Amino acid sequence: MIDTRKQEESFFRVLMIAAAVTIMAILIFILGTIVYRGFPALSIDMVTKLPGGGFYLGKEGGVLNAIAGSLYLIGGSLIIGIFLSVPPVMFINFYLRPGSVFAGVIRLSLDILFGVPSIVYGAFGFALMVYLGIKASLLGGIIAVSLLIMPIMMRSFDEVARLLPRDLPDALLSLGATRYEMTKVLIRQLMPGLVNAILLGIGRGIGDAATVLFTAGYTDNIPHALNQPAATLPLSIFFQLGSPVEEVQNRAYASALILTIIILLLSFGARYFSSKYSKHKI
Amino acid sequence: MQKIRNFKDKTARQVMLGIAIFSLLLLVIIGTSLFLKALPIMKEKNLWVLLTSSNWKPFKGDFGFYPFIISTLYVSLIAIIIALPLSILTSIYLYAYSSDSVKKVFEPVIDLLSGIPPVIYGVWGTLTIVPLIADKIAPHFVEFSSGYSVLAGGLVLAIMILPLLISILLEVFRSIPAEMTDASLSLGATKWQTVKKVVLRKSFTGIIAATVLSVSRAFGETIAILMVCGNIAVIPHSIFDACYPLPALIANNYGEMMSMPGYESALMLGAFLLFIIIVIFNGLSRVALNQIEKRYSF
Repeated sequence: MIDTRKQEESFFRVLMIAAAVTIMAILIFILGTIVYRGFPALSIDMVTKLPGGGFYLGKEGGVLNAIAGSLYLIGGSLIIGIFLSVPPVMFINFYLRPGSVFAGVIRLSLDILFGVPSIVYGAFGFALMVYLGIKASLLGGIIAVSLLIMPIMMRSFDEVARLLPRDLPDALLSLGATRYEMTKVLIRQLMPGLVNAILLGIGRGIGDAATVLFTAGYTDNIPHALNQPAATLPLSIFFQLGSPVEEVQNRAYASALILTIIILLLSFGARYFSSKYSKHKI
Repeated sequence: MQKIRNFKDKTARQVMLGIAIFSLLLLVIIGTSLFLKALPIMKEKNLWVLLTSSNWKPFKGDFGFYPFIISTLYVSLIAIIIALPLSILTSIYLYAYSSDSVKKVFEPVIDLLSGIPPVIYGVWGTLTIVPLIADKIAPHFVEFSSGYSVLAGGLVLAIMILPLLISILLEVFRSIPAEMTDASLSLGATKWQTVKKVVLRKSFTGIIAATVLSVSRAFGETIAILMVCGNIAVIPHSIFDACYPLPALIANNYGEMMSMPGYESALMLGAFLLFIIIVIFNGLSRVALNQIEKRYSF
């Protein structure tokens, strides 16, 4: 009796360790594959030159168009995203009383919005652009991506705001500050959480292809105005991979490596920030 | 001075409330606008016929969604069959067995897996999974497979939903009060017996909710699927056949859809279907998960 129990125990323990190791191995395998195929194709031209002779068939040049486009796109989306996500979080945490039903409803709707796939945001952005008469452009992409990253930024910022000790707002209010003045102080206290939310937002926004496919379009050039189409890194990977020319395909692998490196940096950055600042919190 | 302060406070409150309501309404706005866009095709044709017909010829005005719906279901089913045991085992390990240092190592692994963009999974899938299926796996079962198949899509999706599954499962397990597991252990049960008879039983609802949530994530995945599934609008007969999930259909045809009457509306109907199903799935499982969290927190 004891024996079978022990055997069952060790059988499942081995199974669990195997599962955990498999997951780790998969991650290493993915990163390894991307580095292995991307690294030989990586060159300084990749990040400093536009694709020569068209992104689909031209063998020369790099993907500066996509890098610049992605940066413009994420920059614009972040500005709107911060504006859309910070005020509601402050409102539901510090204006409403704790345990408010309205706050609960907003949190639920955010959780649902977080699950809405990016292709739906893309389709919605497209419908909105048709309605407003905007063509596929940087502006269209910024609108769609800012809606995409809003829920993830709000959720992660909200998690930090919720954990803030209630004494701090209470102390501020008892000193005669208005709620608005209170939020201004609290924002400073919540800064690490906001930075973390921004990094998460960048990560989701810069890597997503389905949203910008409809809305931002694609081009060989760097956009100079909001109404021009903009290339993005994920789409440059996707389109160049479909090319019959080997050099272009290699460019796709190199772009995939660039995007992966950006994501890795963001992820480690977020980790660093949250560990560094969690020590100094009240 | 006092007046200005109060005025600022009131204005700020209104603005914040306004944006909060906007974030609440966004779901409604997205749903309504997709519905309005899909309305023309639903007026023209019976919705039931659209969903069950497998005749997809946009040039002739035939829009049968059946192959795409079936493909989406197949791919997601394979993904969850692979991902669920892996993630349950791993999260039990992290919850009950592993040391803190293993947990520390595993956190960034989960973070990275969830952070890697879909297009990277797609590239990896075409480089590794697709040739693996075409050369090694499929020849044992069928005469020919290009590798771009239901199985490839399912495998890539399985990896993509792993991080979500594991993090929600961990949350569910951790919401079980320590008194319960302690009681079981103190009565002489082994760790595994405790897990089997207490933890898994107590978190049954949570596991279901996590599964539903990840399935709905799988439904909506686009670019990675588009790159590994083959995209042929027929009903797949085996897991080595190519398939064409709904999100891939929408993404692949955005360029042409403006040129044909009804085409745009049909694709928007596809997006609306995805949206509605995912919102319902997400809503139900989130409510269930919130209940679980509340039940044990005193």
